[in-house]
Amino acid sequence: MFDIILHIFPYAIAFTIPLLVTSLGGLYSERSGVVNIGLEGLMIVGSFASAAATVALYPVLGPNAVWFGLLAAVVAGALFSLLHAFASINLNANQVISGTAINMIAGALTVYIARTLTGSGNIQIKQGVPRVDIPFLSDIPVVGPLLFQKTYATTWIVLGLWLLLWFVLYKTPFGLRLRACGEHPHAADSAGVNVQAIRYAAVVISGALAGLGGATILLTYSGEFNGQVAGLGFLALAALIFGQWKPLGILGACFFFGFAATLANASQAEPALKVIPDVILKVFPYAVTLIALVLLSKKSQAPRAAGEPFEAGKR
Amino acid sequence: MNFFFRKELLVGLSAVVLGLAAGAILMAVTGNNPFAGYFYLFAGGLMNLERLGNTLAMATPLILTGLSVAFAFRTGLFNIGAAGQALMGGLVATTLALTLGLPKGLILPIILVAAAAAGALWAWLPGLLKARFNVHEVVSTIMMNWIAYWVTYYTIPTFFKGSFETESRLIPEAASLKIPLLTQLFSGSYINLGLLVSLLAVVVISVVLNRTVLGYRLKAVGYNRFAAEYAGVNVNRHIVASMAIAGALAGLAGATFYVGYTSSMQIGVLPSIGLDGIAVALLASNSPLGVMGSAIFFGILQSGKGFMNAMTKIPPEIGDTIIATIIYFAATSVLIERWFDTMAKNRGGKNRV
Amino acid sequence: MQPVVEMLNIRKEFPGIVANDDVSITLNRGEVLALLGENGAGKSTLMSVLFGLYQPEQGTIRVNGKEVRIPNPNVAGDLGIGMVHQHFKLVHNFSVTENIVLGLEPSRGPILTLKEASARILALSKQYGLDVEPDAKIEDISVGMQQRVEILKMLYRHSEVLIFDEPTAVLTPQEIQELVKIMKNLQAEGKSIILITHKLKEIKAIADRCTVIRRGKVVGTVAVADTSLEQMAEMMVGRQVSFHVEKGPFRPGQVVLNIEGLSVRNSRKLPALKSFSLEVRSGEIVGVAGVEGNGQTELVEALTGLRPSDSGRIVVDGHDLTKASVRQRIDAKIAHIPEDRQKRGLVLDYTLAENFVLENHGRPPYSRNGFLNKEAITAQAEKLIEAFDVRSGEGARSKARGLSGGNQQKAIVGREIDSNPDLLIAVQPTRGLDVGSIEYIHKRLVEQRDAGKAVLLVSLELDEILDLSDRIAVVCRGELVGIVDAKTTNENQIGLMMAGVKTGALD
Repeated sequence: MFDIILHIFPYAIAFTIPLLVTSLGGLYSERSGVVNIGLEGLMIVGSFASAAATVALYPVLGPNAVWFGLLAAVVAGALFSLLHAFASINLNANQVISGTAINMIAGALTVYIARTLTGSGNIQIKQGVPRVDIPFLSDIPVVGPLLFQKTYATTWIVLGLWLLLWFVLYKTPFGLRLRACGEHPHAADSAGVNVQAIRYAAVVISGALAGLGGATILLTYSGEFNGQVAGLGFLALAALIFGQWKPLGILGACFFFGFAATLANASQAEPALKVIPDVILKVFPYAVTLIALVLLSKKSQAPRAAGEPFEAGKR
Repeated sequence: MNFFFRKELLVGLSAVVLGLAAGAILMAVTGNNPFAGYFYLFAGGLMNLERLGNTLAMATPLILTGLSVAFAFRTGLFNIGAAGQALMGGLVATTLALTLGLPKGLILPIILVAAAAAGALWAWLPGLLKARFNVHEVVSTIMMNWIAYWVTYYTIPTFFKGSFETESRLIPEAASLKIPLLTQLFSGSYINLGLLVSLLAVVVISVVLNRTVLGYRLKAVGYNRFAAEYAGVNVNRHIVASMAIAGALAGLAGATFYVGYTSSMQIGVLPSIGLDGIAVALLASNSPLGVMGSAIFFGILQSGKGFMNAMTKIPPEIGDTIIATIIYFAATSVLIERWFDTMAKNRGGKNRV
Repeated sequence: MQPVVEMLNIRKEFPGIVANDDVSITLNRGEVLALLGENGAGKSTLMSVLFGLYQPEQGTIRVNGKEVRIPNPNVAGDLGIGMVHQHFKLVHNFSVTENIVLGLEPSRGPILTLKEASARILALSKQYGLDVEPDAKIEDISVGMQQRVEILKMLYRHSEVLIFDEPTAVLTPQEIQELVKIMKNLQAEGKSIILITHKLKEIKAIADRCTVIRRGKVVGTVAVADTSLEQMAEMMVGRQVSFHVEKGPFRPGQVVLNIEGLSVRNSRKLPALKSFSLEVRSGEIVGVAGVEGNGQTELVEALTGLRPSDSGRIVVDGHDLTKASVRQRIDAKIAHIPEDRQKRGLVLDYTLAENFVLENHGRPPYSRNGFLNKEAITAQAEKLIEAFDVRSGEGARSKARGLSGGNQQKAIVGREIDSNPDLLIAVQPTRGLDVGSIEYIHKRLVEQRDAGKAVLLVSLELDEILDLSDRIAVVCRGELVGIVDAKTTNENQIGLMMAGVKTGALD
């Protein structure tokens, strides 16, 4: 039994971490009042940017190209999200439609450029993020091999980001203002807060984080860009809702979903897991989110002003 | 009414122009000739009868998903779930096509009705959740999309595996919406009876929305559920009905796609007609007639991109990029709309007391 | 006295309207200046300009003699100008402290330091007599305390000029008295106050001077002590205002509406109406008076079928409608002029014609076999537009959204009256309207009563209730306090009853 856990644990983590960082991006955007269902597209952009950058820089930098790949993904995601920010914040466009447009543009545009660069729509990388054993901690019995051996560097980066983002959201003036913009932007506005600027920052952050999420998938377990992230961006949205827009809740939701999804894959190798049909395991995160939405409908903690365009001066 | 129509048309046209312009820039920037690109793109969609047939065949499911999304929008709901509803409609259609050994005259109506029912059912749940628990339909329909995705992913290989792991068996000719008359008329294209179904749907939906008591109530609920409640309309039932109708349309789209346009089902992909339906509806400003027009336009893009790629080496993804850019501009066309609204207010403003 | 704020020749335009046309006002140090005007006169717009939310097209603003520009609320705050909004701008799930410091957060490096802020807020609250709980969440505190938080927001920013926008709309009579005390305190501490209001009696209670604004222009400025209510009203409206409507003789007939022991819970599952009983006869207007939030909304919702009741009965014309649907009540000839015309009364995105058949679109002649009869609908609309003087840009084809509040309300009133009801329930029928529309609607309501209909009038405006009603029922905390004869009662008695003191006889 423990062997099974040991075996699937790294896969579960590898699946969860990109989900987590993307969901955190969605958190910031929505908490500031901008619904961002374009996370899927932003992940694709990040995946593409990291693949292209890594492959391009490999001859020059060797294995260290992956760090620039990650950086490229962050920047690309941030820039691409400006489209959504501009539409939602300056033009007061419908945020769901804008997000949908982002997904569609990202999906098509990245493959277009990939084809122009390599002839096929795919880009493969030779080497991803290195796997390391954490010194000292990996020698602890039981927990050591489980948590600290052969871990991806990106896992620790993302967990560190989680801590930082939690801190910023709840313990800094910026976080207070951001949350105010998502609950009652007019209150923030009349208190002198620049609602537009904060929302821009939040959307750009969500683009950067989602881009990082896409890059992480590519540089850890996928290894190939193919224009898709298999719905992970939407799963991140589900985790955001399931986690009730709180960092801790999101952390739990992502691990929950990550394990569920991995169990489905792992059942092919572990007959013991065949007890539950694969389809149930794959469908599980979505079904469970629906149930949670129903149960939490009375006390939903969604930011009150999320999705509503802010028009200054409207009283 | 006249003025209203004009504004929407202008907004749609300007989004198209901007989208095509963006596409041209993209082509130029990546070292291609935009004029050649667009020439072959449109030629590829319209050049001869066979290509025209393919364009219409591609447009057919888009008309239906466009109607689905547009109808939902007009009644106040966001149907992002057209892809999942179409997938379920297609799944049911394919299942029946592969298991019922009936002659074409019998099997086609059964398939169409069943597909519509499947789509309706798939949208009924989000409708119910919205009506009773105020669960936002954007989220719930997205969840349903991915549930449909995985259900199909495991069902097809288990029961209907075809020559590839990722595909179903081919459906028998008797179960396909293609008929010899049409196929010959359009020189062997993919055109099928689905076209007639979709055109009929346009008429029916248009009438329902504009001329019936049901349409009046559905729109009232969509615009202002509190006023509808005050007026004695059963809001919950109508929200569910809206979604069910939208789902039925998308389910039909799935049937026309999977047992009309193609003859087998692929797994591992959410049909693009779902998202494209949103583009079609937006561009058409949610009017049924407009949906027909914009679906055909998108049909041209989708069916011409292969020819363009063959003649100019421009990647076919340009088609999807242009469509996506058009939606972006349609979504942000609010600027143009506002300009029109201010003009209208200034004209009518003097009469305000 | 040195003027602390001067607004000179201000012009503010919106598309199609001039909200402020060459407006000049002066606020002296330490005084309370009232800005009086009807709804839509331009007083709130003017103050939004002062507070930096809008920019004027023309005009100058001087603070303490120096000319200034105020591009945003931050600059207004720096100049010592603060505003308590009519609709509070408070974040519901933040604490009192977080709301007050938002935008001016105390911090050490990047970290918020809220404890020190809480202490300072407590000190301020004691200084000015503004009782608040710094760590309580806004959604958990009373409306009165919420308003005090809004005031503290200004004092925390060292505001010297405080603008109050219709502050008493949401307060109980006792809370209004507390507010008057608070304002006098602020005055004593050297603050200058601008009070935006359309309530003449409050101006008399608090203000020193009053500037009257009508249709975007200043009519004049008077010393409150030297001016009568009638004079101020005439300045506000532009003609002599009759505060009374002519009523026919009181000839009540059969009991049309019988409410027996009705109990209703509100959206938070708390009891809102407790064992309420009342009769309304044909040919009479029964007014329901009370401070907002004492069960009137739940009473009306239960009567019209928009909310289920826990116990008790509702009988109309002898039929028990307690469990009837909205549709059944409409068919039973109950008409409802709703409290919120834009939320309940109209589908703003529908045309006037479509709105006129909101309740009866499913019946001939407006529809047959499920299909709408557009000609019949248009004919009906034109008839009602004519009969009820509903003015709009494009007649029956105008979208309801484009009509003014007064015309929207006239359309609703027309629709409900035209349905020839036995029972007409009118809730806040003249809220937010100009005096002309108010007079018109009062006339039509009395007409219905004279024609033998039963009218139940629920309103927060005591003057309206006293003027129109034949009998008045008062609610407080969900209970019927008493029923009095309108001819023999007065405002004092009703005010006491609204506060829960039982002095009226129960019928």
